[in-house]
Amino acid sequence: MLGQLFLSFVSIGALSFGGGLAALPLIQQQVVINHQWMSLTEFTNLISIAEMTPGPIAINSATFVGMRLNSFTGALIATLGCLIPSLLFVVFLGFIYFRYKELDWMKGILAGLRPAIVAMISSAGLSIFLLAIFGEAHDSFSIVSLIIFIAVFLILRLKKINPIILLLLSGGIQVVISSLM
Amino acid sequence: MKKYWKLFRIMFTLSLFTFGGGYVIVSLMKERFVDKLKWIDEEEMLNIIAIAQSSPGAVAVNGSVLVGYKIGKMRGAAVSLIATILPPFLIISIISVGYSRFSENPLVKAFLRGLQPAVAAVIADVVVSLGINVIKKKEVIYIIMMVLSFVVIYFGNVNVMFVILVSALIGFFYSRLSAKGEKRC
Repeated sequence: MLGQLFLSFVSIGALSFGGGLAALPLIQQQVVINHQWMSLTEFTNLISIAEMTPGPIAINSATFVGMRLNSFTGALIATLGCLIPSLLFVVFLGFIYFRYKELDWMKGILAGLRPAIVAMISSAGLSIFLLAIFGEAHDSFSIVSLIIFIAVFLILRLKKINPIILLLLSGGIQVVISSLM
Repeated sequence: MKKYWKLFRIMFTLSLFTFGGGYVIVSLMKERFVDKLKWIDEEEMLNIIAIAQSSPGAVAVNGSVLVGYKIGKMRGAAVSLIATILPPFLIISIISVGYSRFSENPLVKAFLRGLQPAVAAVIADVVVSLGINVIKKKEVIYIIMMVLSFVVIYFGNVNVMFVILVSALIGFFYSRLSAKGEKRC
């Protein structure tokens, strides 16, 4: 079963182009439908936990499924399986990049990619901004979040403060507010 | 040795506090390694993100491997990878034992909700710096590509892989064309 666990997550790791959410249907296919290692309810719980904890969702799922099936060994094997394909791929691309980045055609490609990357980051940022201010269903409005957003943004623009400190402060403020209410 | 230890510490902390997807950690990496430590220049950081996004798997992991490689070759890549994987691996291993208690805790929920506006602000800060640099280059085609990509990704739900491929092709042919133009002059 450990072999199967490994192979399942190798295929998830190899096919999940385009980041976390793209991997979810693949994980569901392997874990819930093909091998029935988890029920759909457990899988839904897994998604909410993966979202509530730091780290990529595919890696988190691998660790979680592995842990439930075969404790620590399972977690290790599933996580490694999930990592290996993307590592091979990124090392290969990285090798080409670091070797040929001074060539004109490579410079051209990279110059074309940069605006798209800025756009992708902006798009992810806007989604998180709207989620923070208007909630998941876009039906509420949080003035506290808006103030925190503006404050953190201004602090970061004006001063080089470690953003992690600001993240923790922002989380802490919400904890204080919700325990007062 | 000191450099590797510093790399490990930074990646570990970033990974530990990065909720909400690969672009958050990538924004934080830019803030640390480009703005603060100046170990990597901004253009290279953007190239690294582009490669990380073009590979399968998590952008956070791919990005950290490439950043690690840039800083300390294969050993740097390995250090960076381990530092990135360790926090989520340990946290999930522990939580998987009593997960319902964790996910229904109101304080945990409040904390996570509280992170969101700050995360949005961190990304906004990075986007403003990056956007200004694209505009400063005064290459109209790239400014148009930036706006267009944003529109199709955000409003059109177009697959980012598609946007990457098209942008790479446009970049390739545009650089060929302008190289030829220069020769003729």
